[in-house]
Amino acid sequence: MPTVTMTVNGKQVSADIDPRTLLADFIRVNLDLTGTHIGCDTSQCGACTILVNGDAVKSCTMLAVQADGAEVTTIEGLAENGEMHPMQAAFKEHHGLQCGFCTPGMVMSAIDLVKRHPNPDEATIREELDGNICRCTGYHNIVKAVKAAADATGG
Amino acid sequence: MYEFEYRKPASLDQAVAMLDEDAKILAGGQSLLPTMKMRLASPGALVDLAAIPGLSGITVAGNTVEIGAMTRHAEVAASKEVAEAIPALADLAGKIGDRQVRNRGTIGGSLANNDPAADYPAAVLGLGATVHTNKRAIAADDFFQGLFETALGEDEIITKVSFPLPEAAAYEKFVQPASRFALVGVFVARTGSGVRVAVTGAGPGVFRATALETALGGSFTPAALDNVEIAADGLNNDLHGSAEYRAHLVTVLAKRAVAAAR
Amino acid sequence: MSETRENGIGAAVRRKEDNRFLTGEGRYLDDINLHNQAYACFVRSPHAHARINGIDKSEAESAEGVIAVFTGEDLAADGIGGLICGWGITSKNGEPHKAPPHPALAQGKVRYVGDHVAIVIAETPEQAKSAADLVDVDYEELPPVVNIADALAPGAPQIHDEAPGNECYDWEIGDKAATDEAFAKASHVTRLEIVNNRLVPNPMEPRAALADYDPGTDMLTLYTTSQNPHVARLILSAFVGLAPEHKLRVIAPDVGGGFGSKIFVYAEETVVAWAARKIRRPVKWTCERTEAFLCDAHGRDHVTTAELALDDEGHFLGLRVSTKANLGAYLSTFSTAVPTYLYATLLNGQYKMGAIYAEVQAGFTNTAPVDAYRGAGRPEATYVVERIVERAARDLNIPPEEIRKRNFIPPDAFPYETPVIMTYDSGNYQLAMDKANELIDRAGFPARRAESEARGKLRGLGYAAYIEACGIAPSAAVGSLGAGVGLWESAQVRFNPTGSVTIHTGSHSHGQGHETTFAQIVSDRLGIPIENIDVIHGDTGTVPFGMGTYGSRSLAVGGSALMKAVDKIVEKGKKIAAHLMEAAVEDVEHNNGVFSVAGTDKQVTMAEVAFAAYVPHNYPEDLEPGLDETAFYDPLNFTFPAGTHIAEVEVDPQTGKVDIVNWVAVDDFGNIINPMIVEGQVHGGIAQGIGQALLENTVYDAETGQLLTASYMDYTMPRADDLPSFNVETTNTPCPHNPLGVKGCGEAGAIAAPAALMNAITDALGVEIDMPATPEKVWRAAQSAQARAAE
Repeated sequence: MPTVTMTVNGKQVSADIDPRTLLADFIRVNLDLTGTHIGCDTSQCGACTILVNGDAVKSCTMLAVQADGAEVTTIEGLAENGEMHPMQAAFKEHHGLQCGFCTPGMVMSAIDLVKRHPNPDEATIREELDGNICRCTGYHNIVKAVKAAADATGG
Repeated sequence: MYEFEYRKPASLDQAVAMLDEDAKILAGGQSLLPTMKMRLASPGALVDLAAIPGLSGITVAGNTVEIGAMTRHAEVAASKEVAEAIPALADLAGKIGDRQVRNRGTIGGSLANNDPAADYPAAVLGLGATVHTNKRAIAADDFFQGLFETALGEDEIITKVSFPLPEAAAYEKFVQPASRFALVGVFVARTGSGVRVAVTGAGPGVFRATALETALGGSFTPAALDNVEIAADGLNNDLHGSAEYRAHLVTVLAKRAVAAAR
Repeated sequence: MSETRENGIGAAVRRKEDNRFLTGEGRYLDDINLHNQAYACFVRSPHAHARINGIDKSEAESAEGVIAVFTGEDLAADGIGGLICGWGITSKNGEPHKAPPHPALAQGKVRYVGDHVAIVIAETPEQAKSAADLVDVDYEELPPVVNIADALAPGAPQIHDEAPGNECYDWEIGDKAATDEAFAKASHVTRLEIVNNRLVPNPMEPRAALADYDPGTDMLTLYTTSQNPHVARLILSAFVGLAPEHKLRVIAPDVGGGFGSKIFVYAEETVVAWAARKIRRPVKWTCERTEAFLCDAHGRDHVTTAELALDDEGHFLGLRVSTKANLGAYLSTFSTAVPTYLYATLLNGQYKMGAIYAEVQAGFTNTAPVDAYRGAGRPEATYVVERIVERAARDLNIPPEEIRKRNFIPPDAFPYETPVIMTYDSGNYQLAMDKANELIDRAGFPARRAESEARGKLRGLGYAAYIEACGIAPSAAVGSLGAGVGLWESAQVRFNPTGSVTIHTGSHSHGQGHETTFAQIVSDRLGIPIENIDVIHGDTGTVPFGMGTYGSRSLAVGGSALMKAVDKIVEKGKKIAAHLMEAAVEDVEHNNGVFSVAGTDKQVTMAEVAFAAYVPHNYPEDLEPGLDETAFYDPLNFTFPAGTHIAEVEVDPQTGKVDIVNWVAVDDFGNIINPMIVEGQVHGGIAQGIGQALLENTVYDAETGQLLTASYMDYTMPRADDLPSFNVETTNTPCPHNPLGVKGCGEAGAIAAPAALMNAITDALGVEIDMPATPEKVWRAAQSAQARAAE
C-alpha cells in the first residue's frame, strides 16, 4: 500500500492507502471531513470540489495518491478563528443555499472563480460555475453571493 | 473501481519501463478516472506522469507555440503568450469541460484519449500541429485514427505538442447540453499553406471538412460557405442531435468561426 | 399585519441552518457512520422485462468480505410485505384501481431496468459492489413496453397479471353532458395534443439508508433520506411489517433536497432495515447517481388531448381533456393520486371555465415508477390550461393577456367553486397579470422583437397565469377521495425553564429553511429572541406524529399547527401570569412575550412565566406545572397560490438555441413569513420548470427498455449558464382560513414555468413543439416555419 502525505486545512496527514482510494473518500472516510459531498458518479456535479494547491478540483476525480505532497483545503478549512470566509458569509447573506448539499463544492469553486476573475460580471460567474450543479436555488442567489463576495474582497 | 497498482516514475525512461501490457498512463485523469469508477476500464496498473520533469509548460518561440503534454487546460486558457500567438487555442482550452476539469486535465491526456467529442483534437488537426512523443514527431493528419484511436504505439508517451502560428483562426463550439462536450466543434484556421477546417463532435473522430476548406480557400469569408453542405452520412446520430442536424451545425459554426477568426 | 419585528414575521431573517451547511458541519445521511457497520449493494435488473428462472448466489456469498446475500425469497420467508400505494382511485366503472404486488426484492419477474433483485452485504462498499456482479440471475427476457400509449394499446406486452391491458384505472371528473353541450354551442374550438415529458427529480443528495437493530430493546432504528419520517415509519410498520410502530424509529437527518422524490417508501430502505436485524449489524446503503436515475420515482409523463370551447368573443365555454398517464412498472407510494386529484382538479385554472370534463387513463410500463415531483399534477394541469389558452388566443387573434383578462375569475367572486370539486379561497388574478406586464415592459416588446429580427433572431413572449392547490386537506375530504392517511400536521412548543424554546414539528426541512421560518413565528408571537429558539424535526423518536413535507404544505399546515400551539402557550401563560401578578385571568393581556394587567403597570415576561411553570413554588392551584404545548391542525381547505409568470426568449434559428432573456414572476402566496426564503423557493421552482421545458428529458429505448439518459452525461440538469436571473415580485390576498394567512410557495415556479417558457418559444417560432425544446427540435421548427412562410 502506498503512503500518502498531504497538508489538509493546514494540518499534515499521512496514511497508507489502497491506491484506488479517491481523494474524496480519503477526505470523507480517512479524515472524517464530511463537508465534502459526493453527488454523482460521473464527475459532473461538482459537490466534491475542493482546493488542491489553490485550484478547484473534483476530489472524486483525483486519486488520493495524486495529492501526495499537496496542500488541500476543504470547506472545513475556510473559516478562521470562527469567522466565516467572505465567500461563506456572502452565501449566507444572499441566501445562496437551500438544502446545503452542493454548497461546499459551490463555495470552493466560487473561491477559485474569484481568484481568477477578481471582478466578474454575471455572465462570467454563470459560465465559470458550470462545473457545479445546484438543484435548489436556480443559481440566482448563488450568482448574487459570488458577486458580493468578489466586491467585498476588493475585486 | 477495480484494484490496480500505482506507479510513479521519475523519468520518461522509467515510465516506459513501467508500461507493461496491462498498464495505462495517468495524466490528468479527467477521462480515465471516471471510466475506471464506472468499472468500464480495469487497468492492472496506472503510470502517473506527474513527477516526470519537463513535461509541463508553454513556450512561444518564432512561429511555434509549444505546449508540454502535462500542461493543464487552465494554464493554456489563461496564458497571455498563447492568447497573443494563437488566441483561438487559448479560447478553445477555456471551453473544455468545466473549470475543475480544466484545472486537472492535460493536453497530452486529451490527445492520447482522442474522445470523438473532445476539443483539443480540433485545434491540433485544425492548426496542423505536430505531436511529439518519446520516440518521434507525428503530424496531426497522421495522429488521429478514429474513435479513441491514435497513432501512438504501446510504449509511446506524448511529450509535447507544437502548434504553428496561423494567419487567423477561431474555434466555435456548440455544446452537448448535458455533458458539455462538443455536440459539434469547428476549428477554422487560415495558414500560409491553405485553409484547414477541423470538426469534432460530429463524427466518430475529429476530421477535416475538405469541402469547407476548398470553399474557404477561394474566399475566406462566411459567404463562401453559403451553399456548402457537408454530408450527414457517417456522422453521429444520438439523443442530442441527429446526423443531419450535426451536418447543418458544421457549416453554421464554420461560418461563425470564419467571421470570428483573428 | 402588524409592523415587522426584528426576526419576526415578514423579516428576511438570514437562515439559522446555514452556519452548519456553510462550514461543512451539516449531517447528511452518508456522513453518519455506526460502529461495525456493513455496506449494502443492490443487484439490479439489467433487463426491462424478464422472468427470473433462478438466482444462484453461491459465488457472491463466498466472495471476499461478503456477509450475506438475500433475495425476495428470504424477505417472503420472514413475512415482509411489499411496498404500498396509499391512495385508492375508483375507475369510471366503479372498480378500484389495479394494485399489483410491489415486492421489495423481485419475486419471479423484473419489470424495469434497475428493479431490485437481491441485496449483497459486505465489509466494504467495494466488496459489496464486486460481489453483486457475482450473483448469477437466470433471466428469461420478455418484450418490454415503455411508452404509455403503446402499453395501453391492444397486444402490448402484459406487465402484471393483475392489470389486464396494463391499465391501472380509467377515471373521470367533471360533467360530461354539460361539457358536450358547451362544445355544441361553441363558435370556436381549439384543440391541442400535449406531451408532458418525464423527469428525474435529482435532489443533489442521493438517497441513502442506514439501519441499526438493538436486540436489548428490540428497537430498529432507520436513518433515511425522507421528507416524512413518520409516514415512512407508519408504512414500514403497518403495511410492510418490519417492526411494530413503537419499535421502529425513523430519523431523517439533514436531507439534501427532495422535490417529492424522498416522500416515498422505497425498496432499499425497507430491505436495509430488515437486513440489519437479520445480520445483527448496522447496514448502510448509499445510492449512486446512476442508481438514482434508474430507481428514484420519476415525475410527469403524460400524453394529453385537450379541447377548449370558446364563443366568438373569446370567452371560455368548456374544456375537455383526455390524458394517458404513465405510472411506471409499479405503483409508488402516492402515484395514483398525482394524475387524478392533484391534476384534473386544477384544470379550471384562473378562469370562469364553464364546464369541464376530464378523463385519465393510467397504466403500467417497463419504466421506473412515477410519482409526485415538485408540483405533482399541478404543473401538468397548468401546462394543459395555459398552453391551450395561449393557443386559442393565437387562433382568435386576441392578445394573450387580453383573452385571460376576459376570462379571469374576478376578485369579488371568492370563494369560487369550480366544476372540478375545488373551492378557491381568495385571489386577484388581474392584479398579478398587470404587475407582471409592467415588470416585463410588455409595451416595449414589439420594439425588442424588431431589434432581434434585425440581428437574425426570433423573439417571443409567453404567459402562464397559473393556479395551484397547496396544503392538501382537509383529512375528511381527502379521505372521501381515496387517501389512506390524514393530512393534518402537528407542532410542539416546549419552553425550557430558562426561557429558551424548543419547537418540534412533524413537518420536515430539506432545504426549505424551517429552522428559521418556524423560529420567526415563535419569536414574533412570544417575544423570544430567535437565537433562543431551536427547531427539531425529522425524528420519530422525539417529534410528535407528523405528516411531513410535500405539496407546499409546511407553513400552511405545519405553521398553522405551530400557531395553535403558541396560542395554547399564551393561554396557559396567562393563567400563570395572573397568579404571579395577583390579577384575574380575564384581565391579563399578552403582547410579544409580555403579560400585563390592563390599566396597571404590572407585567411579567414569558421567561418569568416559563421559570414559574417549571419551578412552581408560587403557582396556581389546579394548574399543571410545565410550559409545553402540542397542537394538531387539520386545515379547512387547500390554499390556492396563483400568479402570472412571463418568459421572454430569443431563438437562434440557425442553431435552435433558446436564450431566456427575461423572466418575470408575480406570485400571490398570501402573507409571507420570510421574503428572502420565499424568493429563493420561487427561483428554484422556476429553474426546475425551465429544466423541464428546455433541457430535461428522460428517454427509454423503445425496443430494449434501457434508460438512455441515466447520468448527467445525457440528462441535462440546468446549470448556472443555462438560466437568467429572475425578476420576482408578489401580490397578497391572505388565505382566509388559516391563522397565518399563508398559502405556500415551494412549487409555484415549477408549475408556472414550463407553460410560460413554451408559450414564449412557440410565440417566437410560430409553430407548436413539445417539451423539452432542445436545440435540434427548435431548429427543425424554425426551418418548417420558414418553409411555411416562404409558401
